[in-house]
Amino acid sequence: MKLETPRAHATSSGFDTNQLVLNMGPQHPSTHGVLRVVLTLDGERVVDADCVIGYIHRGIEKLSENRSWTQIILLTDRMDYVAAATNNLGYCETVEKLMQVEVPRRARYIRTILAELQRIASHCLWLGTHAMDIGAMTVLLYTFREREFVLDLFEEFCGARLTYNAMRIGGLPLDLPPGWDKKTRAFCDLMETKLEDYEQLLTNNRIWIQRTRDVGVISGEDAIALGMCGPPLRASGVSRDLRKDEPYAAYDEFEFDIPLGTRGDTYDRYLVRMEEFHQSIRIIRQALDGLPEGPVMGKVPRLIKPPAGETYHAIESPKGELGYFIVSDGKSTSPYRFRVRPPSFCNLQALKRLAKGHLIADVVALIGTIDIVLGEVDR
Amino acid sequence: MIDTIVTPLLKIAILLNAVLVAVTFLVLMERKVIAWTQSRLGPMRVGPHGILQALADPIKLILKEDITPAKADKWVFTLAPIMSLVPALVVFAVIPFGADPLYYVSDINVGLLFIISMTSIGVYGIILGGWASNSKYPLLASLRASAQLVSYEIAVTMTLVSMIVTAGSLSLVEIVEAQREAGVWFGFIQPVALGLIFIGGLAETNRVPFDLPEAETELTGGFHTEYSGMRFSLFFLAEYANIIVISAIVVIMFFGGWMRPFPNVEVLSFLDLIPSWIWFVMKIFVFLYVFIWIRATFPRYRYDQLMGLGWKVLMPIAIGNLVVTAIVKVLL
Repeated sequence: MKLETPRAHATSSGFDTNQLVLNMGPQHPSTHGVLRVVLTLDGERVVDADCVIGYIHRGIEKLSENRSWTQIILLTDRMDYVAAATNNLGYCETVEKLMQVEVPRRARYIRTILAELQRIASHCLWLGTHAMDIGAMTVLLYTFREREFVLDLFEEFCGARLTYNAMRIGGLPLDLPPGWDKKTRAFCDLMETKLEDYEQLLTNNRIWIQRTRDVGVISGEDAIALGMCGPPLRASGVSRDLRKDEPYAAYDEFEFDIPLGTRGDTYDRYLVRMEEFHQSIRIIRQALDGLPEGPVMGKVPRLIKPPAGETYHAIESPKGELGYFIVSDGKSTSPYRFRVRPPSFCNLQALKRLAKGHLIADVVALIGTIDIVLGEVDR
Repeated sequence: MIDTIVTPLLKIAILLNAVLVAVTFLVLMERKVIAWTQSRLGPMRVGPHGILQALADPIKLILKEDITPAKADKWVFTLAPIMSLVPALVVFAVIPFGADPLYYVSDINVGLLFIISMTSIGVYGIILGGWASNSKYPLLASLRASAQLVSYEIAVTMTLVSMIVTAGSLSLVEIVEAQREAGVWFGFIQPVALGLIFIGGLAETNRVPFDLPEAETELTGGFHTEYSGMRFSLFFLAEYANIIVISAIVVIMFFGGWMRPFPNVEVLSFLDLIPSWIWFVMKIFVFLYVFIWIRATFPRYRYDQLMGLGWKVLMPIAIGNLVVTAIVKVLL
């Protein structure tokens, strides 16, 4: 990576002015893990922001080409580790598409519920850390308290709390435990009241609005050009949600709205995600109401060996479009090529563009608003 | 001999110890109150309900290694924490805990001026500490501290002038006495000034929402990034001592200082059974709680927004308030 050396130039008053190169990260409290941003500063104003990634690169894509198709589910857990279930879902559906396996309707419903619970958990984490970065420390504790309930639900379903390994190619490993739907309904009710609490703390808070309004504005066209996806794209007014546009799992059977922003600033991105909480709850309720009976595992051969061919399948993860490109040679028990299109990585590209001209304090707000998980950026 | 040297020294010793112990417990109180706000328990391990945490923290900090960065300016680096702590403690000399001379170290006739100048010096500790660290984050923090200082100081001082006009004195004891004569706390006569002083106090003590020089999530701790051990804690002693000072000033100027509520009403004279300093401390506690409450609730301002607030909002209001106060004072 090429770094611009700070230019020294004499001003008319005779003083030398320098641009300050500041290393933000990888051990900075607000870079959400191990992101390193090399900031070029003029005073506190950001002239340039270069992202340096790769500190948590584990070679998941290459590793996957040497693992059996079932083992890869475990690896996908470790990409976006705060939304492991959606990673599982994306991968399993891609392989199912490759193998043309029919997934039972009940399994598709449960997958939808899990994915939406995961969205709530992931957005909880986003909201807490985003508010924390801007200085409102209490929201973090509140959202983590509610996230804990989601983790409890997942623990009851599959035994794990972070890396779930919750899905299998062709369906689910387990059916829902008895009473789980009741607990999930109770959680939905609870979450709605808690969302009001968050909104009271932030939505109409003068300081919050001042800190987020008109910070990091990006138009719809620019957002598309930068390859942005998910809530940051929708906050710029582009209606692109794979749950509606290219329905997967059981999303075509539910009613829900796609919140859109108008200005494309940090406050809009906040509002969009806050509304997505409500829509997720709405989807979960519908899915629980209409949960069909039946098996949760489709007919899949014992040894999974998809026919030769390649496929790309994308789902709407909490962070945006999560796509898997998989090539199978039809002979081996592992993929020939495995490639992930991570939403965090694509959204992170926008940081340089968003941060230019803003202050350091805005940079942390912007890192928060694009909601990155470094495990997914680096893979 | 006894009156001029021994008694004041004794008073100073008691006061200093009281303040420093109060500061350690204020840290505990802050942790507890924020914990309750955030629906958790806070420190619970040391002593019953974590009460002894207030003693464990200083012991830990004293025992920690005190590192001076290799490229730091060693003299200034050592001097900076002292420079921020000493003014914060010196201010207590003029704060009256009661009408009786027993309850204050000295009642100088320019008490308020003394406080203003001392608290302004305190900021130099932060500025110098950030500069001497020879590190980029502390440097940015010290620049912020300087910008912040000029933004709120003018508004606060203007507001204090309007309070001087109202009370007719710079002496803190006489300001309290003036409230007894007026029969009403100045907080009700001068609500605008109260708001200004309180906001300015938040900025003065680097508290949320104006904790820009610290800004842990932006500047990784700001001016004290390179500090460790006891020197680090001196900055915190200073910050918390300043919070107590600001609360005390607000209580003295707006809420009748050490006096019980309605000091002129005979019926309530049984309230005098409670000593004056307890009234004073209780009132201070209310404001300490508000300080902590605000910290738990609000996000942080950006520093250009703080400067905008200081210059474009607080200063015009403060000047307007001063003019109105002066006119009213002349007419009545």
